[in-house]
Amino acid sequence: MENQNTAPVMAKQTYIDFKNVKVNDDIVLSLEEAGKTVDAIKRAEKVSHIIMTIFTYIFILALALVVVFPFYWMIITSLKQNDEIRAAQQTFFPTIVMWSNYTHVFQVFDFVTYMKNTVVVAIFSTIGTLLTTILAAFAFARLRFKGKESVFAIFLMTMMIPGEMMVITNYITVASFGWVGENQTLMDAYLAMIVPFWISVFYIYLLRQNFKQIPNELYLAAKVDGKSDWSYLWKVMVPLASPTLISITILKFMGTWNSYVWPNLVTSKSEYRLISNGLRGSAFVDIDMGITFYGYQTAATMLVTVPLFLLFIFFRKYIMKGVGRAGIKG
Amino acid sequence: MGISSLFKKKSLTEQPPTLGVNELFAEERPQYEEGYDKEKDVIIRMVGKKSDKAYQTRGIEDVGAKNNWKGWLYLAPVIILVAVFLIYPLVNTIFIAFTSNYKYASGEFDGLTLTNFTYILGLTASSTGAVEKDFVNYALPNTFLVVIITVPVSTMLSLLIAVALNSIKWFQKILQTIFFLPYVTNTIAVGMVFSVIFDKSGVINFLFGTETTWIYGADRWTAMVPLMLYIVWGSIPFKILVLLSGLQGIDKQYYQAAQIDAAPKSKVLFKITVPLLSPQILYLLITSFIGAWKEYTAVVGLFNGPGTLGKSSTDKNMLTVVYYVYDNLQTNTSSAAAAAVLLFVIILVFTALQFWASKKRVHY
Repeated sequence: MENQNTAPVMAKQTYIDFKNVKVNDDIVLSLEEAGKTVDAIKRAEKVSHIIMTIFTYIFILALALVVVFPFYWMIITSLKQNDEIRAAQQTFFPTIVMWSNYTHVFQVFDFVTYMKNTVVVAIFSTIGTLLTTILAAFAFARLRFKGKESVFAIFLMTMMIPGEMMVITNYITVASFGWVGENQTLMDAYLAMIVPFWISVFYIYLLRQNFKQIPNELYLAAKVDGKSDWSYLWKVMVPLASPTLISITILKFMGTWNSYVWPNLVTSKSEYRLISNGLRGSAFVDIDMGITFYGYQTAATMLVTVPLFLLFIFFRKYIMKGVGRAGIKG
Repeated sequence: MGISSLFKKKSLTEQPPTLGVNELFAEERPQYEEGYDKEKDVIIRMVGKKSDKAYQTRGIEDVGAKNNWKGWLYLAPVIILVAVFLIYPLVNTIFIAFTSNYKYASGEFDGLTLTNFTYILGLTASSTGAVEKDFVNYALPNTFLVVIITVPVSTMLSLLIAVALNSIKWFQKILQTIFFLPYVTNTIAVGMVFSVIFDKSGVINFLFGTETTWIYGADRWTAMVPLMLYIVWGSIPFKILVLLSGLQGIDKQYYQAAQIDAAPKSKVLFKITVPLLSPQILYLLITSFIGAWKEYTAVVGLFNGPGTLGKSSTDKNMLTVVYYVYDNLQTNTSSAAAAAVLLFVIILVFTALQFWASKKRVHY
């Protein structure tokens, strides 16, 4: 525009600054890349991309290091001598590998008993939960009866209540069943740790969603073949929903492995307790000196952590999928 | 199309007759009405207005309207368990919160009162003249601090990690697994490892050349540092998992459009990624918010007691609200119930607030 206007006046030649084209006083078009060749622009983009990638990797790797560090420290501390752990000069690898820490822990820390209790409680609370969850999810997903929606709404609302509210009264309830008290037997302790956990509203919700995805045509086909609801549920629906059921099983196991408060509350003897209680209650303390033997203590934490890791290695897919949908431990 | 097209007949018969094949056979089709078909034992539901040209059917919804009792039979075990272990406890705990001197063993109490709440808030003295300071001085502020620091920090950190993980090519799966590791651990066990790392002669003091007492016998505010770090460390795996699956669900076209417009990376993050992830972020904020209000096991793992002096500490400076509940469960059930009710109300109010505040912000 400007150029055209001024063109006739040859004496007063103006040049357009292509980098900053002024349209009017308010708008200035700025072309940063003007004057550069296409190759140069591509190269610049590539360089900035590489720099960006390097920074991303540095960021990610640094944080990954922070995440892994406690595990690394757990492993090496469990293999160190007590003097080395408390030394002013910290070492990042044990100077003498002390496997004897583990043999000592096996003598002092009754790992086998706690392990046995945990596995028993985990198996029976999982079986109970799976049964109740499958039956309820089937009723909510498939059957038709009056009041279904309102019952389901009430169930969903109970998910908002923090579990801590339940603990107080549930403690009183299991005590009134005679499962907690002075003359508690191992069976009583198991019942108190298992029965209240036979219910998980969230898993019912999860499985109901899964059941609903199974096409109606299958149900109709089963009906044509003269199958009852009951055999349709166990022969068709349960096998089809098995990935969700496996996820629920693993998460339930992990939940029992991690449960601390309730077993601590309802058991009267330490040999009835579960692995977390055993670990936190274990005393690797020199009473005369008042110091903790971190080597032994960390070896014990290793014993508690490794089984979970093994579970994770074998069922990584189910755990990550299940957690992604469930979002809760246990 | 198979089944549902069968049910479209009614509207077709109302149309002016044409010579289509369907119309020729329309007469022979059974007349379906909304409701229960006894012959076929199916329920038929029509969706849409009858005046519509061809209102669709939702097809066969279900069988078994006659089996009313059967559904209840399937639900019976769950209903009994929910009633005994979920609904009754809720009602009963609220009730206990209004009783004085409730004895959990016998179920006896000395009448109804409102003083449990004023007692735990340190406003009134108990019948024996004792004044409760632990709840107001420690449990409530400690928990509040944990909530307002760990929730935003862990959410932002997880968002950054998830975006970074999503953008890289090499080692993506391995790194993803590494960042998930803290989830598959025992909270107590790793808490004990953290207390070794933060020991006075531990590796943190060695690396940073400090001589701070972090855990045993530590000052309350100093001890908050390892506690917060541990909580954040433990809470990022789940968040990363949720955010990553959200990120992978975002349509690539948005990013291509941004690339054409040469939008800077920061703008892409805040104008595309974050808004499109907002449902996941809201979900994470609410769940981690509730989780942080219920913090307990991290304290047990790190400190082995309600204070920095472990089990025997009389100065319960690391108490959290839930810790207070468990600490008083057997000795002072009424106070424990009052604290639990207070926690319940706080969680409800904040969750409702969060929903209300983000109603317009969330881009679904």
